[in-house]
Order: sequence, then C-alpha cells, then structure tokens
Amino acid sequence: MYRYDEFDQTLVDDRVEQFRGQVQRRLSGALTEEQFRPLRLMNGVYLQLHAYMLRVAIPYGVLSTRQLRKLAHIARRYDKGYGHFTTRQNIQYNWPKLYEVPDILAELAEVEMHAIQTSGNCIRNVTADQFAGVAADEIEDPRIYAEIIRQWSTLHPEFSFLPRKFKIALTAAPHDRAAIKTHDIGIGMVKNAEGETGFEIFVGGGLGRTPVVAKRVRGFLPKQHLLSYLEAILRVYNQLGQRNNIYKARIKILVNQVGIEAFTAMVEEEWQHLKDDALDLPADEIAYIKSYFAPPSYEKLEGEDASLAEKRLAEPAFARWLLTSLQPHKAPGYAIVTISLKPDGGIPGDATAEQMEAVADLADRYSFGEVRVAHEQNLVLTDVRQRDLHAVWQELRRHGLAAPNVGLLSDIIACPGLDYCSLANARSIPLAQQITRRFADLDRLHHIGKITLNISGCINACGHHHVGNIGILGVDKKGTEFYQVTLGGSADENTSLGEIVGPAFDEHHVVDAVETVVNTYLEIRKNGEDFITAYRRVGLAPFKETLYAAH
Amino acid sequence: MTVKAITANRLSDGNVVYLRQDDTWSERIQESIVADSEDLATALLELAKRAVAERLVVDPYLFAVSVEDGRIRPLGRREEIRAAGPSVRTDLGYQAAAE
Repeated sequence: MYRYDEFDQTLVDDRVEQFRGQVQRRLSGALTEEQFRPLRLMNGVYLQLHAYMLRVAIPYGVLSTRQLRKLAHIARRYDKGYGHFTTRQNIQYNWPKLYEVPDILAELAEVEMHAIQTSGNCIRNVTADQFAGVAADEIEDPRIYAEIIRQWSTLHPEFSFLPRKFKIALTAAPHDRAAIKTHDIGIGMVKNAEGETGFEIFVGGGLGRTPVVAKRVRGFLPKQHLLSYLEAILRVYNQLGQRNNIYKARIKILVNQVGIEAFTAMVEEEWQHLKDDALDLPADEIAYIKSYFAPPSYEKLEGEDASLAEKRLAEPAFARWLLTSLQPHKAPGYAIVTISLKPDGGIPGDATAEQMEAVADLADRYSFGEVRVAHEQNLVLTDVRQRDLHAVWQELRRHGLAAPNVGLLSDIIACPGLDYCSLANARSIPLAQQITRRFADLDRLHHIGKITLNISGCINACGHHHVGNIGILGVDKKGTEFYQVTLGGSADENTSLGEIVGPAFDEHHVVDAVETVVNTYLEIRKNGEDFITAYRRVGLAPFKETLYAAH
Repeated sequence: MTVKAITANRLSDGNVVYLRQDDTWSERIQESIVADSEDLATALLELAKRAVAERLVVDPYLFAVSVEDGRIRPLGRREEIRAAGPSVRTDLGYQAAAE
C-alpha cells in the first residue's frame, strides 16, 4: 500500500500541531465558538447528540494492520472501546473529548492517518471498490488512481471552499461495488476499442434531499489526463455552483439545471486550457505510485483447494459462511473474505477494539497484513489462501465476526441515526437490530437470497436508503418516529433510485412491513431471480397491494 | 406554556449538560432549573449565552419537559436520548451510571 513520503508526513504533523494550538486558543478563550467551529470541522471534529465525534479518513478504505491496531488503541484509550465504520469507508469515534483530540490526531499521524477533509465543503476522502487490486473481475488496480486523486485533492488550494462537499468514487470492475453513480464524480476504469485502459467519467450523482443518478460526461479518458479532467469539472462547479442555498449547492443541481450536454461542453472547454500541461500524469509517475501497490508474493497454487471441499461437507455452518463471505480472487487458490459487522441484533458497522485487533492479527497471519473497509460497513481480508479459510472462520467466530450474511437481508447499511446524530429525525440502529432478529433464521435468510436493505435516520441519507433494494427513511411526525419505505433502489452498475411504496409506518409496524415485502417477493419470484430482478419485472404494484390492502 | 429546561454541550469534553438553579451546569437532567414562563425561559437562555462566552458550554437551547411528582422528563425522543445515552447502548451515557 502507499506509504507517506516526507512531504505527506510533514503536512500531517504540521496540521496536528496547528490544531493543537487552535484547541488551546479555544479553551483559553482566544477563539470564539464561531471562529473555532470551521477549524474543528476541517479536522473532522463534529458536535453530535451526546458528545464530540471524530471522523478519521481511511483513504479508499485501505488499512494496514498497524493502522487498524492504532484505531483499536484510540477506541480504548480515548473513546469507549469501539468505533463505527461508515458508508464512506471511514471510521467515527463517538465520545472523544475536545481537549484530547490533538493527542488522538498525533497518534494517528504516527501511522500515516488523519482527519483532514472528512468534513467541510472540500473534496472528501476518495472511496473505491473494497476489493481493489485483488478482484478477479477488475481491469486494473484502481488504488493507484485513487491514491493519485488523494494526493491531488489533499489541501488543494482552489478547492478548499467549494459551494458544497464533494465526493469521488472509483472502480475498475464492470460490477460496480463502489456505488460510483451516487457520487459527485464517479470514475470507472474501462478499455477502449484499441484495448487501452482509461476512465469513464460520471458526474452529478448524489443522495440526500435530492437523489440523482450520475450522468456520463466522458466515455473514455486516457490515463494521463485524469487530473486535468477532474480539475476542469471541479473548476466549472466551483464557479457556477449555487452558494446561496445549501440545498441547491451540490454539483448534481448544477448539472440538472444546465443539462448534461451544456455541462459537458463547459468542462471540455475548460479542459482545453488545462490538458497537456502541469497536471498531465507522466507514465513514470503512474509507475512510481503503482510500485506501492505491487502484489504480495502469492504462492503458486492450483485452483480450488481440495481440503476446502472436505471441510465444507463436514461442517454446514462453515459451508454457509463460505457461501456469503467469499469473492473470487485473481490469484488461484486464494480468496477474498468479507467480514460481516452485522451480527444478529448488532449495530451495523460497529467494531470493538478487541475485534479490530483480532482482524489485524488475522490479516497479519493469513492475509499479507492488509485490511479493507467496505462502504457496506464491513471489513475485508484481501488475500486468504483457501486452505486457511477454515482457520480464519474459526477465529472470526471466537470474536463474533462470522455472521454468514454478507449480501443478504441482515447485511444492513444503517446510519447512526437519532441514537448519536444531531441531524437525525428518527433512530436507524434499533430498526436494523429488530430486522436482523426477525430474520435470524439462516435457512430463511439464505432462501431469500441476495437483497440490500438500507436505513437512514433523516433525509441526508447517510444510510443510502434511496439505493437500497429496500430503503427505509426515518421521519419525525410530531415527535414520533415514522418510517417511509422505498423499493427498487440499487447502487451497482445499474444504479436506480427506490420508489416510495406509500404512507409511512410507525416503529411498531415497519418491521412487519419489511417482512410483508419479503414474503411478497418470495411469492412472485421466478426461477430464483433475486429481489431487484423480480422488482424490475413487476414494479411497485404487488407490494403496494400486500402492504396496504389489508388496512 | 410548555415547561422548559436548558441544555448544552460542555466545551471541554462535549458532554451533555443542563443549567442548574445556581447558574452552574449539571450532567443530570433532574438537577435542571425549569422555566414555567416565557420570561424565565428567556432569562435562562441569556444566562446560558453568558456561559458560552465564559467558555463553559456550546450550543445551548431550550427544550420542552414535563414535571410529574418532582421528576423532570424530557419531551420527545431526541431529548430522551440526549438525557439517557444511546438507546442501543444502555451501557453508555448517563443511563449507565444511573443503573
């Protein structure tokens, strides 16, 4: 993985000391809250319902075990023994004390981490396919370009005060696991007719109050132009984005207002002034960054490991876990393992310090010392030999990390909701807990099959409810929590926005409503089609019928 | 009018606090001063703003409570959760100490 050079380290160390001074001046009274708030936000410190919250950047979801152990240490030493992995591949601590935040940041800097650009109207932490570099289906390793974007966007002077926050996501696989079309800029790596690899660029995606699927601005961009083209998009947005209305300030509104053709024309025009100049990416620079992501020394192994088949037969629980947790690895005899952070009745995305250390130990022992964070709020071991899978599973079980539900109904994405967040209108986590308990029966869960269920506690949509096959949005009706259900959302290469099924349900009826939706699907599904396929075939009507007809 | 109390977060550590009768801040909602008139509520908010200037707290605001048998109860889920702690982690927040 990428290692800081002297420039990176100095920048982060300087920032820690700068913020230490700012906290001291706030506590001594030299800075007012109005003066201090933007400074603390620039360092990832929010004020939430119960306490401050610190959001730490995990660039494109990649962590070394040294970094993960540091995150565990911070959870234990400065927080309440756990952390929350987010839908943007970051981690949040819910109880840091302001006077200790500079010490936390200093500890993070020791392992090449920080909280810069995890808040504010700037380019946020770039996200990527959590299987980048190891997925069997990818064209090229997108981490190289994610890292190049990270370097370009870090403290970019022109883009530090954008009209609104700005999110970029990247994938290099035809199957989009990074939800690129829900981002301000989504980048997919593709091959052109000549067989060269480049980028397909989408703009103006986003969730929140006004959900929009990103539109394509360019079908093929040669690699060397990546930064100049991104700079052109950002420059057009920075000049024309609406700054006087927070609800209309995102790039998606601008793109919708001017239309994608006019927007594309403006970007191309701007790009003519920027291309083939200082932002050009020379091949040797790409090669230099690529050297940081050289594959580990894989053993030469034959296809599927023979012992795996035996153990699969002997232990049904292991077989079940294998069914949901594995992804094809590009190296024969290896597997990608997703670790579910969604146990029955658990809090989606939460991990204790002990669990983080257990995952770090496993990664060191079995996976070349690297861990990923998935935007679905799970963790990933990228390089496990198939013959080690049984040992990994047993160890994960010891730490409550072996829920066999990745990609199934109980693999719920949920924002912190009203239990932690000061913006929320309703709670998200208790719903997720009730749903995982209701669907705890593994036979039933596996029978239902592939489905996504996403919950947000407010319209800001941190829980990506618009793009869940089943989406749940918490709303407040005169002090009571209600939940609006949407169906048909999806966040992959066929991104679609869910449709509202009808009037919202109260907290006592929403889990029943989910069950009704699932049962309706089971009745209408043909030939084992998954939920979204069935939904696209039949539409909202049958679900509306079963949900509301009886009332 | 609805009876109201004042809450804020302590500047230094962010903890939820409530304004007391003697113009100090408590972590216990039961120690809150409650305002049963608009005038008192306005006066309390002024006191709270002074506490902001004195760097004790941030973001103070009034919220509705009910008082039954001398016990103060926050009205609405948001303030219930603030006073107790996360409903999904009863081992954390003030509710943990209360057990």
